[in-house]
Amino acid sequence: MTVSPLTRWLLRLAMAAGLAVIYVPLALVLVNSFNADRTFAWPPPRWTTGWWVRAWDSTGAREALWTSVKAGLGATAVALVLGTMVAFAVQRYRFFGREAVSLLVVLPIALPGIVTGIALDSAFRTVAEPLGVGKGLLSVVVGHATFCVVVVYNNVVARLRRLGGNLAEASADLGASPVQTFRYVTFPLLRSALFAGALLAFALSFDEVIVTTFTAGPGVRTLPLWIFENLFRPNQAPVINVVAAVLILASVIPIYLAQRVSAGSGGGRI
Amino acid sequence: MPPVPVPAPAGPGRARAPRPGRALSSWLYRHARVRLGLLLSAPLLWLVVAYLGALALLLVSSLWTVDTFTGDIVRHPSLDNFRAIAGTPVYRTVALRSVAVAAAVTVIDALIALPMAFYLAKVAAPRWRGWLVIAVLTPLWASYLVKAYAWRVMLANGGPLDDLFGGPGHGPGYGLTATVIVLSYLWLPYMILPIYAGLERLSDSLLEASADLGARAFRTWRSVVLPMIVPSVFAGSIFTFSLSLGDYITVQIVGGKTQLIGNLVYANIGAAGNLPLSAALATIPVLVMVVYLVAVRRLGALEQL
Repeated sequence: MTVSPLTRWLLRLAMAAGLAVIYVPLALVLVNSFNADRTFAWPPPRWTTGWWVRAWDSTGAREALWTSVKAGLGATAVALVLGTMVAFAVQRYRFFGREAVSLLVVLPIALPGIVTGIALDSAFRTVAEPLGVGKGLLSVVVGHATFCVVVVYNNVVARLRRLGGNLAEASADLGASPVQTFRYVTFPLLRSALFAGALLAFALSFDEVIVTTFTAGPGVRTLPLWIFENLFRPNQAPVINVVAAVLILASVIPIYLAQRVSAGSGGGRI
Repeated sequence: MPPVPVPAPAGPGRARAPRPGRALSSWLYRHARVRLGLLLSAPLLWLVVAYLGALALLLVSSLWTVDTFTGDIVRHPSLDNFRAIAGTPVYRTVALRSVAVAAAVTVIDALIALPMAFYLAKVAAPRWRGWLVIAVLTPLWASYLVKAYAWRVMLANGGPLDDLFGGPGHGPGYGLTATVIVLSYLWLPYMILPIYAGLERLSDSLLEASADLGARAFRTWRSVVLPMIVPSVFAGSIFTFSLSLGDYITVQIVGGKTQLIGNLVYANIGAAGNLPLSAALATIPVLVMVVYLVAVRRLGALEQL
């Protein structure tokens, strides 16, 4: 692309500045996890690795992490199935209400989280609890899956749009049944889109705090809920910092995987 | 390519009945509507019954009121809540303030994201592009609460931002400005990603053709690139707008005494126990977002998500 060298340099500067702004708070979190001062005085008066030791021993953090992983996996699985189904329906068929369906899928993530949260909460109280189904991990999964569907849906629709229907027709011409076509032709082509969608859905669910506040049962503490509870407690704040630092460092891996898998088709679609 | 099983050829005088699975999938192939129905059944059941049903329930409960003596919900439909909201200046101010904050965050993020996304999509060497996209996306995984808290530490009296602006008390401190800054920071990746995806789809040949016709960089940008990525910008704005409109946690962390509509909704659910009023307050962001979605759909933003 013919961009003048000056523009190139300006853009490079903009990119560098943007990345710097993005990473300075994260770097601060990392630095503060070694800050010996409990109130995170700046600059750090002393350095310590004691917080990391305490975080490693913290059972609350570990249980919360495990709960978050379980909820994330459940929500991602549900979202994968439902999102793919809707994507196929909207992309491959013409029917009355097609646009309404695609708008409906976007709605859970377009409406503010607090609205989704209190809607699901009052629905659980009014409908599910009289039936004996209390709030718990399942309600968290239900809440998360509802807005994770759109992430998978977007990725699959984008991929289906790019693929077109020719390959499936060619496969049928060669004698494959629809199931075989899906198994040998369509699914391998969709795999990377599904992976990118699943990764983003898991990230969304893992970090979700507002809807989770309203849909979590009494004993269920996902990691964001645990962090929120302990954020303002002076004793726990350093442990939170360490947990956050670990999350930041650990998150490079799934993003790197997603990039490798969807290389050439751009980053995953939110 | 894995081998595709071929049905055994029928022997002389012996017709081979298709296997049940094959028969079913062939039948489904001929009846497209049934296939469509099956595909849509589970998702629609989930979304329409569970989600829309819950939303409808919320809307209905906004018409109820709470008995001031017993605290029980009076299921007698009335517009009292809405009258209270429209009539109380506090609620009006808070609602307007929330919309203004969401709009400001959207504009700031769009301004920051456009050059970054353009650099990522068009200027960066392909070798680095993957890594740069990773660099931009990684913060999505860092906990939202922790990022807000990191900003709280940065904005604290005597903290790094104060040092940047020349001493304690000179920085923005906690308040509405801090809220806007932090919200813009939090949602930036959500704005960069759709714009980047949109720019990637913009073929280079268009830009080269524009240059061939004599346009300099800015003219190309203004006349060729911008009109084509407006839907992507609006797609990103759906996220920033809606995420800012309902946010009540960041305000609590860095907003000092600021109140946004999310705080009011949240405050009325807990100890105050006035779910109908919360529901009524919550219909404001819903209304704003639905209007925004419908307006933005005509611009084609929903396909750019």
